[in-house]
Order: sequence, then C-alpha cells, then structure tokens
Amino acid sequence: MTDQRTPPSDGRRPPGRRARRPQAGLGPRPAATRASGEADGATGTTTTAPSGAARTATPTAGTEATRRRRVSVASLLADVPEDAVIVARRLTKRYGALAAVDSLDLTIQRGEVFGLLGPNGAGKTTTVLMLLGLTEPTQGVVRVLGLDPTREPLAVKRKVGYLPDNVGFYGGMTGRENLRYTAKLNGIPRSEAEAWIDELLHEVRLGDAADNKAETYSRGMRQRLGIADALVKRPSVLILDEPTIAIDPAGVEELLALLRRLVAEHDLTVLLSSHILGQVQSLCDRVGFFSAGRLVAAGPLEELAHGTDRTVELEVGIEGRPEAIDPVALAVPGVRSVAPHERDERLRVVTAAEDVAAPLATALAGAGLSLTHLRRRGADLLELYRRYVPEGIDGRAR
Amino acid sequence: MAAPAETARHADTSRRARRAERAPSGGWRTIAAKELADHLESVRFIVLLVVVGIAAIVPMYFTSGAITDSAPQLAGQPALFLWLFARGSNDVGGITTIAFAALFVPLVGIAFGFDAVNSERSQGTLSRLLAQPIHRDDVVNGKFAAGIAVIALMLTALVALITALGIVRLGIIPTPEELARVVAWLLATILYAGFWLAFAVLLSVVIRGAASAALVGFGTWLGLTLFGAFLLPLLANTLFPPDTTDANAFFASTSAQQLFLRISPATLYQDIVTALMNPEANTILGFGNLGQYVSAQEQSRSLLTLDQSILLVWPQIVALVALTVLVFALAYVLFLRQEVRA
Repeated sequence: MTDQRTPPSDGRRPPGRRARRPQAGLGPRPAATRASGEADGATGTTTTAPSGAARTATPTAGTEATRRRRVSVASLLADVPEDAVIVARRLTKRYGALAAVDSLDLTIQRGEVFGLLGPNGAGKTTTVLMLLGLTEPTQGVVRVLGLDPTREPLAVKRKVGYLPDNVGFYGGMTGRENLRYTAKLNGIPRSEAEAWIDELLHEVRLGDAADNKAETYSRGMRQRLGIADALVKRPSVLILDEPTIAIDPAGVEELLALLRRLVAEHDLTVLLSSHILGQVQSLCDRVGFFSAGRLVAAGPLEELAHGTDRTVELEVGIEGRPEAIDPVALAVPGVRSVAPHERDERLRVVTAAEDVAAPLATALAGAGLSLTHLRRRGADLLELYRRYVPEGIDGRAR
Repeated sequence: MAAPAETARHADTSRRARRAERAPSGGWRTIAAKELADHLESVRFIVLLVVVGIAAIVPMYFTSGAITDSAPQLAGQPALFLWLFARGSNDVGGITTIAFAALFVPLVGIAFGFDAVNSERSQGTLSRLLAQPIHRDDVVNGKFAAGIAVIALMLTALVALITALGIVRLGIIPTPEELARVVAWLLATILYAGFWLAFAVLLSVVIRGAASAALVGFGTWLGLTLFGAFLLPLLANTLFPPDTTDANAFFASTSAQQLFLRISPATLYQDIVTALMNPEANTILGFGNLGQYVSAQEQSRSLLTLDQSILLVWPQIVALVALTVLVFALAYVLFLRQEVRA
C-alpha cells in the first residue's frame, strides 16, 4: 500500500494551509474534538486512532500540522472495523481557500442507516461526491466497501446506488426506458434487467406510470423513480442526497415508508443526507451533524439527544402565569430545577434526573393547573441542531 | 494551489487508476447508441435534413438542367459528372452544391453538439449518469461518436440522393474516378462537420446554458462565414503587407498571407474541396516565387488523378484533422476536470 494521500514530509505544502488551520479551529472546535471521539466510539472501536489522539493532544496548530504529515494511510485506517462499509479518515476537500469538507472522520457499518444532517452548503454533497469518486479529495482517505473511490471509481460505482440531489431524467424517454438505460450502462443483460426493472417500478409504485414520458412526472414521482434507478444495479450501498427535498409532506411520508421497506428488504447500507430534520429522524440508526465542512457530532440519535448526563428537560406550559408551575414541579421527585424558557416566555423548562412527564402532569393537574404544553426536549432533531450547529440553520455565507 | 510534486503524484495516480480498470465496459457505445436514437427522433434532425436537403438538391436540379441544355457544347468535357456538384446555374445565382454544403455543414455540426454536456447538467442527469460504472470520457466520446454518426448518415444519404438524381437527369454514368472524388468530398465534408461538432461539444462543456452555447456557436459560424471572408484577408494584409520591391519578394509576401488565411478551418475545407472536385486545379496555395508562376503559365491544361489531387491538399487535410483533434481534446480535458455538481 502506497502512501497516496498523505502529504510528503518535505515541507513543500501550499503556504495557505498552515495559516488556515487555526482559523478553522475557531468555530466549533470543542464540539469537533468530541465528535470524532463519539463517531468512533459509536462504531464500537477503541479511539486510540491517531486521528483522535493527534487532535486532542496537540493544542497548537503548528505542532498538529507537523504530526499530521507523518500519518500514513495504513495508520489512518488502522482502527477501521471489519464490517465497515464507508470509511473516511481526515477527509478534506478544498475549493481554493474554502474547505468544503474539513477533516471528516466517519465510519458506517454494514446494514446501518446513517443520516448526514446539516444546513445547505455544509459539505454534505461534496462528501457524497468524494465517496463516489466523482470528486477527488484534497487530502485524507476514503474507503467504500474497502475500495478507494479515487483509484477504482468503476468498482465502487458498480456497487453503490446513488440518488443525486435534484435528480433528473431524460424527459423524452419513459420511466422504464430511463431505467433500462441505467441497466445497460451497468452492463446488465437485457433479459435479466426487464423483470428486475418491472419489479422495481412496482416497488416504488410507478407501475402505472412506467410507460409515460419522464417529463410528465411530478417531483415525488421523479424522486421515487430515482430510488428505483439507484437500485437497478442491485447495490449493496445506497447513497441518497436530499431524498426528501421539495416534496410535499404526504409525499415525504410515502417516500420514507418506501425507503424503510427497501432497506429492510434489500439488506442495504444507507447514507442519506438531508437538511430537513424530522424527516430522517425515523429512518436513521445514527446521525451526524455537519457544519461548515466539519462533522460536529455523530452517534445514535438517543445518545446525542441525552448527551453524557442523563438529565431530561421538559418544556411545560399551563394556562395562566407560568411561574405557578415552579413550586408544583419542584415538589415532584427527581426534578432538579425549573427555569424560564429561552425563547418562549409562556413556557418553563423543568430539568430532572429522569423522565418525569407523567408524575409532573399528575401533580400539575392535582394543583388545579391545566396543562397546555408538555414536551420532552432533545428528542427531536431541531434541538440537537441548535446545539451542534452553532451558526444556526441558515448555514454560513458561501 | 497544489505544489508541483503533488500535481505530478495526482496525475500519476489517476493514470494508473485508469489503466488498472480498463474494464471492457464499452460505456461509450451505450451512450452513443442512446444519443444516436435521440438524434434520429429529434425535431432538429428532421428540420436539418429538410433544410440541408433543399440547399443541396435545388442547385443540383438547376445545374443539371443547364448542363442538359448546353449538352452539345459540352461533349468531351472531362469530369462532367462533377459539374453537378461544382458548377452553379444562373437560375439560382450561380450557387453550387458544394458551396451550399460548405455553408450549411458547420450549422449541422453545431446543431448536434451544442447541448451535448450542458443539457445533461441542466436536466440533472449528469450526476446520475456519472454515478454509473462508466468512465467519464465515455460521455464525451459517446456524444461525439453519435454526432458524427448522425451527420455522416445525413450527408451520405443526401449525396447518394443527388448522385442518383443526377444520373437520372443527365443520363450519364459517372466514371469510377468521378465517384471516388465524390466519396472523397463526402469524407472531407464529414471531417469538416466533425470540426464544428467538436467545437460545439467544447462549447457545451464550457457554457452552462444550452441556449448561450448555441448562440455562441452559431455566432462564430456566422461571423466566420460573413466576416471571415473579408476580415481575415484584411488582417493578413496588415500582418504581411504585400512587398512590391521585386517580383520574388511580392510572391513571398502573398504566399505568407495565404498561409495565414489557413488558420481558418473554412479556408482549409475550401482548399480541400477545390482540389477534390476540380481535377483541373493543380495549385491551391498560389505561387511561392516567379519560377512557379511562369511554369504554371506554360503548363498545358491537364487533369490530375484523385491521388494527385489529394496529395495537393494533403497539408490542408492534416491541418483540418489536427484542428479537430485539438478542439476535441480541449473539450475532453475540460470536461474531465470539471466538477460534477452544478
């Protein structure tokens, strides 16, 4: 194994590189360090990887840069578990001065559904393109099914189904013909392809529309056809870039149900990116938060939601003055504190050692207060988003 | 932004990668087949076939009429059959079939290439296409191959039609030599269309909007056709002013001018056609010195054989091929380096 991607140790690096490091660290630095630990921890491997060690151990950018140069591909991949399907280590893509993806560490295991979340322009699509070998990484290592997409793009693309962001089809051809073309490009013999395409079209519920021209399809139909298209090659990995974008809520539900079914039926490993939170929540085993090119947090949703301390935060609202909640709530066993809500003055936030929703509701009712709002915090992605994506949902200016 | 060492390593990696997986996928053939089917079903194919067909057949019709009318005087005229293509009738302003072809062939080339890559991009099919196990160059190769195929098909059909109509109307059977010249002219015309096709594919890679690419393409064609005819000579005149101090200096300056004019593919094609379709043409570039001029004056009129004619314009043929390859290579390289995302 040759050392392809690691920079040579002769010091001949573009001058801008070293200068940019501390700048990149200005943002969500502590979160990022933690993220790499969590990402690796979640895959069940020890985090003695050089990646984590180098970053946490060396606080100054200069020494870090020196350490990085000595790391070889082999050592970067030393901690990769046997059944890892998608592996990225210190993956970086720069467009001029802008780091679209910055030192990404990611491990996705067989059979997993991983959600890549982040605002527009956070580097999700760039990451996906690098996984497919459609864009060359500036630095770092990628392995998909053990293959390097930069060096063996064809082998990777034979096994990875891809639904691009804003998928399009040849309008003059029918849905079926579009899939046929894909099958042909994959070298699948016609006789074999026909039955499979038919099955797929039925599976995505396009059986009736299969022989209409693709230009007549609605957005949701095109998205479903795109999923069928990604499955034509019978992939073992499915990469979906913004699969739910620009579809109406009912369509999203339908699409997610379809995906859930397909994942179960076809034994797929799935990476899906989205900037819409709730939609992927139900589908993903693990999620990763992307912000300004960095993976700021990754892990199972539950774990991210509760963090290390197992406290539960409840948002509570009642009819009348919210301050009336405080004495009642504090009397409930397990409740530690009550505070005003950060954004909504009609609500209070109850922090407790465990989920006290039921006893709290009973207590409030007993005190003659009528409950108007009771919600456990952190269980939905928006909270996590607020926590992990510091610059907010709008993303940074590009 | 990358250090030279890194660039070299990159190039090395990608080359090795490409060699490592020269899989017998034949992706370009699949793409070419699909593109060809698209072209043949497209409105633009029908429209161009009709337009170019009329442009080619109308002059031929009147020319053959004129030839028939003056048949007695023309007895014994060598290579009479080629007149069908190379002579114009006064009824249509003296425009010949080959002049019409020279005018319209670039249009055909541009029409089948200007949206090759950018339409895939705007339709959102490019990333889907490139996510299939094909090489990226298969896309450009396949599209170019399909374009050339459809152009060849169209031109061959038209030339066959003209030849057949000519045989019927004139009642003379072309000699093998004449037929060979027509075929050579056809091949040269396909090559010329290939240049414009490559140029259009280049535009489709560089310019994101298909409409803008078409405008630039047609604009270039129109500009080169309308203004090239007098702008280029003007430029040549300024760059290489005619030297009238003595005869040899004069010939030297004019031949420099003529060489300069040959940067235009239109001029190259003109030269090739002149030599191929007129066996009497025994010089293309003019005279390099007084001696050549005098010997040409003293030469008796004679017919060149086809291989002599081809030899005469061989540099032009090579130059046109080189220009085409150059433009195609540029399109190819730019496409390979382009980012996939819009």
